[in-house]
Amino acid sequence: MTEPIFDVQGLGYKNGKNQILHDMTVQIAKGANLTIAGPSGSGKSTFLRLLATLLTPTSGTVMFNGKDQSTYPKPLYRQQVSYCFQQPTLFGETVRDNLAFPFEIRGQNFDEQKALAALDSVELTAEMLDQPIIELSGGEKQRVALVRNLLFKPQVLLLDEISAGLDVDTKGVVHRLIQSYRESGVTVLSVTHDETEIAAADDLLRIRDGRIEVPTHE
Amino acid sequence: MNNLIVSPTALAFAVVLVVIALVINLKEKIGLERDMIIGVIRAVIQLTIVGYVLTYIIKIDRIWLTGLMVAIIIFNAALNANKRADGIPHAFIISLLAIATSTLVTILLLVLAGAVRFTPSQIVPVSGMIASNAMVAIGLAYRSMNTSFHDQRQGVLERLALGANLKQASAHIVQMAIRTGMAPTIDSAKTVGIVSLPGMMSGLIFAGVDPTKAIMYQIMVTFMLLAATSIGSVIACYLAYPRYYNSDMQLSDKSSNSAK
Repeated sequence: MTEPIFDVQGLGYKNGKNQILHDMTVQIAKGANLTIAGPSGSGKSTFLRLLATLLTPTSGTVMFNGKDQSTYPKPLYRQQVSYCFQQPTLFGETVRDNLAFPFEIRGQNFDEQKALAALDSVELTAEMLDQPIIELSGGEKQRVALVRNLLFKPQVLLLDEISAGLDVDTKGVVHRLIQSYRESGVTVLSVTHDETEIAAADDLLRIRDGRIEVPTHE
Repeated sequence: MNNLIVSPTALAFAVVLVVIALVINLKEKIGLERDMIIGVIRAVIQLTIVGYVLTYIIKIDRIWLTGLMVAIIIFNAALNANKRADGIPHAFIISLLAIATSTLVTILLLVLAGAVRFTPSQIVPVSGMIASNAMVAIGLAYRSMNTSFHDQRQGVLERLALGANLKQASAHIVQMAIRTGMAPTIDSAKTVGIVSLPGMMSGLIFAGVDPTKAIMYQIMVTFMLLAATSIGSVIACYLAYPRYYNSDMQLSDKSSNSAK
Protein backbone atom coordinates (compact mmCIF):
# COMPACT_ATOMS: atom_id res chain seq x y z
CA MET A 1 0.00 0.00 0.00
CA THR A 2 1.26 3.47 -0.87
CA GLU A 3 1.41 6.09 1.87
CA PRO A 4 -2.11 6.39 3.27
CA ILE A 5 -3.93 9.68 2.79
CA PHE A 6 -6.14 8.71 5.74
CA ASP A 7 -4.99 6.65 8.69
CA VAL A 8 -8.02 6.04 10.88
CA GLN A 9 -7.30 4.53 14.30
CA GLY A 10 -9.98 3.41 16.75
CA LEU A 11 -12.47 5.94 15.47
CA GLY A 12 -15.68 6.23 17.47
CA TYR A 13 -18.57 8.68 17.44
CA LYS A 14 -21.25 9.06 20.06
CA ASN A 15 -24.24 11.37 19.69
CA GLY A 16 -25.66 11.85 23.17
CA LYS A 17 -26.15 8.32 24.50
CA ASN A 18 -26.21 6.84 21.02
CA GLN A 19 -22.93 5.21 19.98
CA ILE A 20 -22.99 5.48 16.18
CA LEU A 21 -19.45 4.36 15.27
CA HIS A 22 -17.30 1.90 17.24
CA ASP A 23 -13.55 1.55 17.14
CA MET A 24 -13.04 1.82 13.37
CA THR A 25 -9.52 1.30 12.13
CA VAL A 26 -8.76 1.61 8.44
CA GLN A 27 -6.10 3.03 6.15
CA ILE A 28 -7.03 4.60 2.86
CA ALA A 29 -4.37 4.93 0.19
CA LYS A 30 -3.67 8.10 -1.79
CA GLY A 31 -5.58 7.93 -5.06
CA ALA A 32 -7.86 5.13 -3.84
CA ASN A 33 -11.38 4.69 -5.16
CA LEU A 34 -13.17 3.34 -2.11
CA THR A 35 -16.82 2.39 -2.13
CA ILE A 36 -18.54 2.37 1.26
CA ALA A 37 -21.63 0.20 1.59
CA GLY A 38 -23.90 -0.95 4.37
CA PRO A 39 -27.49 -0.85 5.58
CA SER A 40 -29.27 2.45 6.24
CA GLY A 41 -28.33 3.86 9.65
CA SER A 42 -25.13 1.81 9.86
CA GLY A 43 -22.95 4.94 10.17
CA LYS A 44 -21.64 5.40 6.60
CA SER A 45 -22.51 9.09 6.36
CA THR A 46 -21.25 9.71 9.89
CA PHE A 47 -17.92 8.13 8.88
CA LEU A 48 -17.65 10.47 5.87
CA ARG A 49 -18.62 13.50 7.96
CA LEU A 50 -15.95 12.64 10.51
CA LEU A 51 -13.37 12.47 7.71
CA ALA A 52 -14.66 15.85 6.49
CA THR A 53 -14.42 17.39 10.01
CA LEU A 54 -18.12 18.21 9.87
CA LEU A 55 -18.33 16.06 13.02
CA THR A 56 -15.66 15.58 15.67
CA PRO A 57 -14.71 12.04 16.78
CA THR A 58 -15.53 11.19 20.37
CA SER A 59 -12.70 8.62 20.38
CA GLY A 60 -9.80 7.65 18.15
CA THR A 61 -7.87 9.67 15.60
CA VAL A 62 -7.92 10.50 11.91
CA MET A 63 -4.52 11.23 10.38
CA PHE A 64 -4.57 13.09 7.07
CA ASN A 65 -1.30 13.02 5.11
CA GLY A 66 0.48 11.94 8.27
CA LYS A 67 -0.89 14.71 10.53
CA ASP A 68 -3.82 14.63 12.90
CA GLN A 69 -6.77 16.18 11.07
CA SER A 70 -7.54 18.36 14.09
CA THR A 71 -4.25 20.23 13.62
CA TYR A 72 -5.21 21.60 10.20
CA PRO A 73 -7.05 24.93 9.91
CA LYS A 74 -10.62 23.76 9.21
CA PRO A 75 -11.34 25.86 6.09
CA LEU A 76 -8.10 24.77 4.39
CA TYR A 77 -8.67 21.11 5.34
CA ARG A 78 -12.25 21.15 4.04
CA GLN A 79 -11.13 22.72 0.77
CA GLN A 80 -8.82 19.70 0.35
CA VAL A 81 -11.26 17.08 1.68
CA SER A 82 -14.41 17.99 -0.15
CA TYR A 83 -17.71 16.56 1.10
CA CYS A 84 -20.67 16.31 -1.31
CA PHE A 85 -24.13 16.01 0.21
CA GLN A 86 -26.80 13.56 -0.89
CA GLN A 87 -29.41 16.30 -1.29
CA PRO A 88 -27.43 19.48 -1.82
CA THR A 89 -28.80 22.95 -1.23
CA LEU A 90 -27.93 25.62 -3.75
CA PHE A 91 -27.31 29.18 -2.53
CA GLY A 92 -28.53 32.58 -3.59
CA GLU A 93 -30.57 33.21 -6.71
CA THR A 94 -28.69 31.78 -9.66
CA VAL A 95 -26.17 29.12 -10.62
CA ARG A 96 -23.57 31.91 -10.83
CA ASP A 97 -24.02 32.66 -7.10
CA ASN A 98 -23.11 29.03 -6.36
CA LEU A 99 -20.09 28.87 -8.60
CA ALA A 100 -18.81 32.24 -7.36
CA PHE A 101 -18.74 31.01 -3.75
CA PRO A 102 -15.63 28.77 -4.03
CA PHE A 103 -13.74 31.74 -5.53
CA GLU A 104 -15.06 34.08 -2.84
CA ILE A 105 -13.93 31.89 0.07
CA ARG A 106 -10.44 31.69 -1.46
CA GLY A 107 -10.31 35.46 -1.88
CA GLN A 108 -10.21 35.18 -5.68
CA ASN A 109 -12.15 36.95 -8.40
CA PHE A 110 -14.79 34.88 -10.17
CA ASP A 111 -13.28 33.20 -13.24
CA GLU A 112 -16.22 32.86 -15.64
CA GLN A 113 -14.30 30.79 -18.20
CA LYS A 114 -13.35 28.28 -15.53
CA ALA A 115 -16.96 28.12 -14.31
CA LEU A 116 -18.29 27.61 -17.87
CA ALA A 117 -15.75 24.84 -18.52
CA ALA A 118 -16.82 23.17 -15.27
CA LEU A 119 -20.50 23.39 -16.25
CA ASP A 120 -19.61 21.90 -19.64
CA SER A 121 -17.89 18.98 -17.91
CA VAL A 122 -21.28 17.95 -16.47
CA GLU A 123 -23.08 18.69 -19.76
CA LEU A 124 -24.70 21.91 -18.57
CA THR A 125 -24.77 24.81 -21.03
CA ALA A 126 -23.26 28.29 -20.64
CA GLU A 127 -26.78 29.77 -20.49
CA MET A 128 -27.28 27.82 -17.29
CA LEU A 129 -24.87 30.17 -15.46
CA ASP A 130 -27.51 32.86 -14.96
CA GLN A 131 -30.45 30.53 -14.57
CA PRO A 132 -32.44 30.90 -11.35
CA ILE A 133 -31.84 27.87 -9.15
CA ILE A 134 -35.57 27.36 -8.57
CA GLU A 135 -35.89 26.44 -12.27
CA LEU A 136 -33.36 23.59 -12.07
CA SER A 137 -34.32 19.91 -11.98
CA GLY A 138 -33.01 17.62 -9.23
CA GLY A 139 -30.34 16.21 -11.54
CA GLU A 140 -29.21 19.69 -12.62
CA LYS A 141 -29.00 20.82 -8.99
CA GLN A 142 -26.84 17.83 -8.10
CA ARG A 143 -24.53 18.53 -11.06
CA VAL A 144 -24.20 22.24 -10.13
CA ALA A 145 -23.44 21.22 -6.54
CA LEU A 146 -20.78 18.78 -7.72
CA VAL A 147 -19.22 21.44 -9.94
CA ARG A 148 -19.20 23.77 -6.92
CA ASN A 149 -17.16 21.17 -5.02
CA LEU A 150 -14.79 20.54 -7.92
CA LEU A 151 -14.04 24.04 -9.28
CA PHE A 152 -10.84 23.84 -7.27
CA LYS A 153 -9.45 20.31 -7.38
CA PRO A 154 -9.42 18.77 -3.88
CA GLN A 155 -7.16 15.94 -2.71
CA VAL A 156 -10.13 13.90 -1.53
CA LEU A 157 -13.72 13.74 -2.69
CA LEU A 158 -16.26 12.38 -0.20
CA LEU A 159 -19.49 11.47 -1.99
CA ASP A 160 -22.48 10.77 0.22
CA GLU A 161 -24.89 8.87 -2.05
CA ILE A 162 -24.82 11.68 -4.56
CA SER A 163 -26.23 9.58 -7.41
CA ALA A 164 -29.21 8.28 -5.42
CA GLY A 165 -32.42 9.32 -7.14
CA LEU A 166 -30.69 10.52 -10.32
CA ASP A 167 -31.80 9.30 -13.74
CA VAL A 168 -29.53 6.98 -15.72
CA ASP A 169 -28.18 9.72 -18.02
CA THR A 170 -27.31 12.07 -15.15
CA LYS A 171 -25.68 9.21 -13.23
CA GLY A 172 -23.55 8.54 -16.32
CA VAL A 173 -22.47 12.22 -16.52
CA VAL A 174 -21.64 12.32 -12.80
CA HIS A 175 -19.70 9.05 -12.91
CA ARG A 176 -17.65 10.14 -15.91
CA LEU A 177 -16.71 13.41 -14.16
CA ILE A 178 -15.70 11.63 -10.97
CA GLN A 179 -13.73 9.07 -12.97
CA SER A 180 -11.79 11.88 -14.66
CA TYR A 181 -10.89 13.38 -11.27
CA ARG A 182 -9.92 9.97 -9.97
CA GLU A 183 -7.59 9.47 -12.91
CA SER A 184 -5.98 12.81 -12.11
CA GLY A 185 -5.06 11.50 -8.64
CA VAL A 186 -8.02 12.57 -6.49
CA THR A 187 -8.88 10.05 -3.77
CA VAL A 188 -12.58 9.22 -3.97
CA LEU A 189 -14.68 7.75 -1.16
CA SER A 190 -18.28 7.15 -2.11
CA VAL A 191 -21.17 5.92 -0.01
CA THR A 192 -23.73 3.99 -2.03
CA HIS A 193 -26.64 1.57 -1.82
CA ASP A 194 -26.50 0.88 -5.56
CA GLU A 195 -25.71 -2.82 -6.09
CA THR A 196 -24.19 -2.13 -9.53
CA GLU A 197 -21.78 0.41 -8.02
CA ILE A 198 -20.95 -2.00 -5.17
CA ALA A 199 -20.29 -4.83 -7.63
CA ALA A 200 -18.04 -2.56 -9.73
CA ALA A 201 -16.10 -1.20 -6.74
CA ASP A 202 -12.29 -1.16 -6.86
CA ASP A 203 -12.16 -1.27 -3.06
CA LEU A 204 -15.07 -1.94 -0.80
CA LEU A 205 -15.60 -1.03 2.85
CA ARG A 206 -18.71 -2.49 4.42
CA ILE A 207 -20.06 -0.87 7.58
CA ARG A 208 -22.69 -2.52 9.75
CA ASP A 209 -23.96 -1.26 13.11
CA GLY A 210 -21.15 1.29 13.23
CA ARG A 211 -18.39 -1.27 12.70
CA ILE A 212 -16.27 -2.18 9.72
CA GLU A 213 -17.59 -5.49 8.46
CA VAL A 214 -15.03 -6.35 5.81
CA PRO A 215 -11.70 -4.54 5.76
CA THR A 216 -10.77 -2.76 2.59
CA HIS A 217 -8.57 -4.69 0.17
CA GLU A 218 -6.00 -3.16 -2.10
CA MET B 1 -45.74 77.17 27.15
CA ASN B 2 -47.28 74.88 29.71
CA ASN B 3 -50.68 74.41 28.06
CA LEU B 4 -50.53 70.63 28.35
CA ILE B 5 -52.51 69.42 31.32
CA VAL B 6 -53.56 65.83 31.79
CA SER B 7 -55.63 65.67 34.95
CA PRO B 8 -56.01 62.46 36.98
CA THR B 9 -59.67 62.43 35.86
CA ALA B 10 -58.63 62.60 32.22
CA LEU B 11 -56.16 59.74 32.77
CA ALA B 12 -58.90 57.71 34.47
CA PHE B 13 -61.10 58.22 31.41
CA ALA B 14 -58.20 57.04 29.22
CA VAL B 15 -58.46 53.70 31.01
CA VAL B 16 -61.62 53.19 28.94
CA LEU B 17 -59.30 52.80 25.92
CA VAL B 18 -57.48 49.96 27.69
CA VAL B 19 -60.84 48.35 28.49
CA ILE B 20 -61.79 48.50 24.79
CA ALA B 21 -58.53 46.72 23.90
CA LEU B 22 -59.17 44.12 26.62
CA VAL B 23 -62.72 43.45 25.46
CA ILE B 24 -61.54 42.93 21.87
CA ASN B 25 -58.83 40.62 23.18
CA LEU B 26 -61.24 38.51 25.20
CA LYS B 27 -63.89 38.39 22.48
CA GLU B 28 -61.38 37.31 19.82
CA LYS B 29 -59.63 34.87 22.21
CA ILE B 30 -56.23 36.41 21.38
CA GLY B 31 -54.93 35.48 24.83
CA LEU B 32 -52.97 38.66 25.51
CA GLU B 33 -55.17 40.01 28.32
CA ARG B 34 -52.73 39.00 31.07
CA ASP B 35 -49.77 40.61 29.27
CA MET B 36 -51.88 43.66 28.53
CA ILE B 37 -52.90 44.16 32.19
CA ILE B 38 -49.31 43.61 33.35
CA GLY B 39 -48.12 46.05 30.67
CA VAL B 40 -50.58 48.74 31.76
CA ILE B 41 -49.76 48.33 35.46
CA ARG B 42 -46.02 48.35 34.78
CA ALA B 43 -46.31 51.40 32.52
CA VAL B 44 -48.16 53.36 35.22
CA ILE B 45 -45.76 52.35 38.01
CA GLN B 46 -42.55 52.72 35.96
CA LEU B 47 -43.53 56.06 34.44
CA THR B 48 -44.66 57.46 37.78
CA ILE B 49 -41.38 56.47 39.43
CA VAL B 50 -39.28 57.73 36.52
CA GLY B 51 -41.22 61.02 36.57
CA TYR B 52 -40.16 61.64 40.17
CA VAL B 53 -36.61 60.39 39.54
CA LEU B 54 -36.22 62.64 36.49
CA THR B 55 -37.53 65.62 38.41
CA TYR B 56 -34.91 64.97 41.09
CA ILE B 57 -32.06 64.36 38.64
CA ILE B 58 -32.87 67.47 36.63
CA LYS B 59 -33.15 69.51 39.81
CA ILE B 60 -29.80 68.56 41.33
CA ASP B 61 -28.01 68.37 37.91
CA ARG B 62 -24.97 66.18 38.73
CA ILE B 63 -22.87 64.53 36.01
CA TRP B 64 -22.48 61.26 37.95
CA LEU B 65 -26.21 61.00 38.53
CA THR B 66 -26.97 61.67 34.86
CA GLY B 67 -24.38 59.01 33.95
CA LEU B 68 -25.92 56.55 36.40
CA MET B 69 -29.38 57.10 34.91
CA VAL B 70 -28.00 56.50 31.40
CA ALA B 71 -26.25 53.35 32.65
CA ILE B 72 -29.50 52.06 34.15
CA ILE B 73 -31.34 52.71 30.88
CA ILE B 74 -28.65 50.83 28.90
CA PHE B 75 -28.59 47.94 31.39
CA ASN B 76 -32.38 47.51 31.24
CA ALA B 77 -32.36 47.70 27.44
CA ALA B 78 -29.69 44.97 27.33
CA LEU B 79 -31.74 42.81 29.72
CA ASN B 80 -34.75 43.14 27.45
CA ALA B 81 -32.81 42.47 24.22
CA ASN B 82 -31.35 39.38 25.92
CA LYS B 83 -34.88 37.98 26.32
CA ARG B 84 -35.26 38.01 22.53
CA ALA B 85 -31.99 36.10 22.07
CA ASP B 86 -33.71 32.81 22.85
CA GLY B 87 -30.63 31.12 24.20
CA ILE B 88 -27.80 32.67 22.17
CA PRO B 89 -24.83 32.24 24.53
CA HIS B 90 -23.57 35.45 26.18
CA ALA B 91 -26.43 37.42 24.62
CA PHE B 92 -26.69 39.76 27.61
CA ILE B 93 -23.05 40.85 27.41
CA ILE B 94 -23.30 41.18 23.63
CA SER B 95 -26.48 43.26 23.95
CA LEU B 96 -24.93 45.42 26.66
CA LEU B 97 -21.86 46.13 24.52
CA ALA B 98 -23.96 46.84 21.43
CA ILE B 99 -26.47 49.11 23.17
CA ALA B 100 -23.84 50.90 25.25
CA THR B 101 -21.65 51.57 22.22
CA SER B 102 -24.50 52.72 19.98
CA THR B 103 -25.96 54.96 22.70
CA LEU B 104 -22.69 56.47 23.86
CA VAL B 105 -21.24 57.04 20.38
CA THR B 106 -24.45 58.71 19.19
CA ILE B 107 -24.72 60.87 22.32
CA LEU B 108 -21.06 61.84 22.08
CA LEU B 109 -21.48 62.96 18.46
CA LEU B 110 -24.63 64.91 19.32
CA VAL B 111 -22.93 66.64 22.25
CA LEU B 112 -19.80 67.41 20.20
CA ALA B 113 -21.98 68.81 17.43
CA GLY B 114 -23.80 70.96 19.95
CA ALA B 115 -27.15 69.39 19.06
CA VAL B 116 -27.80 68.47 22.67
CA ARG B 117 -26.27 69.83 25.83
CA PHE B 118 -24.87 67.63 28.59
CA THR B 119 -27.68 68.35 30.98
CA PRO B 120 -29.91 65.68 32.50
CA SER B 121 -33.05 67.17 30.90
CA GLN B 122 -31.56 66.47 27.47
CA ILE B 123 -29.18 63.55 27.94
CA VAL B 124 -31.55 61.23 29.80
CA PRO B 125 -34.52 61.38 27.37
CA VAL B 126 -32.25 61.21 24.32
CA SER B 127 -30.40 58.19 25.79
CA GLY B 128 -33.73 56.51 26.45
CA MET B 129 -34.83 57.03 22.86
CA ILE B 130 -31.56 55.72 21.45
CA ALA B 131 -31.28 52.73 23.79
CA SER B 132 -34.88 51.65 23.27
CA ASN B 133 -34.58 51.79 19.48
CA ALA B 134 -31.28 49.91 19.58
CA MET B 135 -32.91 47.36 21.91
CA VAL B 136 -35.79 46.74 19.50
CA ALA B 137 -33.43 46.52 16.51
CA ILE B 138 -31.14 44.04 18.30
CA GLY B 139 -34.09 41.93 19.47
CA LEU B 140 -35.39 41.68 15.90
CA ALA B 141 -31.91 40.87 14.61
CA TYR B 142 -31.54 38.04 17.17
CA ARG B 143 -34.89 36.61 16.17
CA SER B 144 -33.96 36.74 12.50
CA MET B 145 -30.62 35.01 13.17
CA ASN B 146 -32.25 32.26 15.22
CA THR B 147 -34.80 31.58 12.49
CA SER B 148 -32.24 31.68 9.67
CA PHE B 149 -29.69 29.44 11.39
CA HIS B 150 -32.51 26.95 11.97
CA ASP B 151 -34.17 27.12 8.54
CA GLN B 152 -30.96 27.44 6.53
CA ARG B 153 -28.94 24.91 8.51
CA GLN B 154 -28.24 22.74 5.46
CA GLY B 155 -27.01 25.73 3.44
CA VAL B 156 -24.65 26.76 6.25
CA LEU B 157 -23.36 23.17 6.54
CA GLU B 158 -22.65 23.10 2.81
CA ARG B 159 -20.75 26.38 2.97
CA LEU B 160 -18.66 25.01 5.84
CA ALA B 161 -18.06 21.77 3.92
CA LEU B 162 -16.81 23.80 0.95
CA GLY B 163 -14.19 25.35 3.22
CA ALA B 164 -15.83 28.63 4.18
CA ASN B 165 -14.77 30.27 7.42
CA LEU B 166 -17.46 31.18 9.94
CA LYS B 167 -17.90 34.70 8.59
CA GLN B 168 -18.27 33.48 5.01
CA ALA B 169 -20.67 30.70 6.06
CA SER B 170 -22.85 33.14 8.01
CA ALA B 171 -22.60 36.33 5.93
CA HIS B 172 -26.01 35.96 4.27
CA ILE B 173 -27.68 35.32 7.64
CA VAL B 174 -25.92 38.22 9.37
CA GLN B 175 -26.84 40.61 6.53
CA MET B 176 -30.48 39.53 6.71
CA ALA B 177 -30.50 39.96 10.51
CA ILE B 178 -29.07 43.50 10.31
CA ARG B 179 -31.63 44.39 7.61
CA THR B 180 -34.44 42.99 9.78
CA GLY B 181 -33.22 44.88 12.84
CA MET B 182 -32.98 48.18 11.00
CA ALA B 183 -36.19 47.83 8.99
CA PRO B 184 -38.55 49.54 11.50
CA THR B 185 -36.20 52.53 11.89
CA ILE B 186 -35.77 52.88 8.12
CA ASP B 187 -39.52 52.52 7.52
CA SER B 188 -40.15 55.06 10.21
CA ALA B 189 -37.60 57.47 8.65
CA LYS B 190 -39.31 57.07 5.27
CA THR B 191 -42.78 57.76 6.61
CA VAL B 192 -42.05 60.31 9.32
CA GLY B 193 -44.28 63.31 8.85
CA ILE B 194 -46.53 61.65 6.27
CA VAL B 195 -47.74 58.74 8.39
CA SER B 196 -46.49 59.32 11.91
CA LEU B 197 -45.84 62.46 13.86
CA PRO B 198 -43.27 61.05 16.25
CA GLY B 199 -43.43 61.30 20.02
CA MET B 200 -40.68 63.83 20.55
CA MET B 201 -41.96 66.23 17.91
CA SER B 202 -45.56 65.85 19.04
CA GLY B 203 -44.49 66.35 22.65
CA LEU B 204 -42.67 69.57 21.82
CA ILE B 205 -45.61 70.91 19.80
CA PHE B 206 -48.00 69.90 22.61
CA ALA B 207 -45.77 71.82 25.01
CA GLY B 208 -46.05 74.94 22.87
CA VAL B 209 -42.71 74.87 21.00
CA ASP B 210 -42.70 76.36 17.50
CA PRO B 211 -43.44 73.41 15.13
CA THR B 212 -40.53 74.34 12.84
CA LYS B 213 -38.12 74.03 15.80
CA ALA B 214 -39.81 70.81 16.88
CA ILE B 215 -39.30 69.48 13.35
CA MET B 216 -35.60 70.31 13.43
CA TYR B 217 -35.30 68.30 16.63
CA GLN B 218 -37.21 65.45 15.02
CA ILE B 219 -34.87 65.43 12.01
CA MET B 220 -31.97 65.15 14.43
CA VAL B 221 -33.74 62.32 16.27
CA THR B 222 -34.38 60.48 12.99
CA PHE B 223 -30.69 60.70 12.05
CA MET B 224 -29.52 59.67 15.48
CA LEU B 225 -31.84 56.65 15.56
CA LEU B 226 -30.62 55.54 12.12
CA ALA B 227 -27.04 55.71 13.36
CA ALA B 228 -27.79 54.05 16.69
CA THR B 229 -29.79 51.12 15.27
CA SER B 230 -27.19 50.43 12.60
CA ILE B 231 -24.29 50.55 15.08
CA GLY B 232 -26.23 48.42 17.59
CA SER B 233 -27.42 45.80 15.08
CA VAL B 234 -24.01 45.45 13.45
CA ILE B 235 -22.18 45.02 16.76
CA ALA B 236 -24.76 42.58 18.15
CA CYS B 237 -24.93 40.45 14.98
CA TYR B 238 -21.18 40.25 14.46
CA LEU B 239 -20.61 39.30 18.09
CA ALA B 240 -23.53 36.83 18.15
CA TYR B 241 -23.09 34.78 14.96
CA PRO B 242 -19.94 32.89 16.10
CA ARG B 243 -22.01 31.61 19.06
CA TYR B 244 -23.90 29.33 16.66
CA TYR B 245 -20.71 27.32 16.07
CA ASN B 246 -18.48 25.17 18.23
CA SER B 247 -14.70 25.39 18.46
CA ASP B 248 -14.35 22.88 15.59
CA MET B 249 -16.15 25.27 13.21
CA GLN B 250 -19.25 23.08 13.14
CA LEU B 251 -22.81 24.25 13.63
CA SER B 252 -23.70 23.73 17.27
CA ASP B 253 -26.92 22.04 18.33
CA LYS B 254 -28.27 25.44 19.34
CA SER B 255 -28.92 26.30 15.69
CA SER B 256 -31.06 23.20 15.12
CA ASN B 257 -33.56 23.98 17.87
CA SER B 258 -33.38 27.72 18.31
CA ALA B 259 -36.24 28.90 16.10
CA LYS B 260 -39.52 28.77 17.91
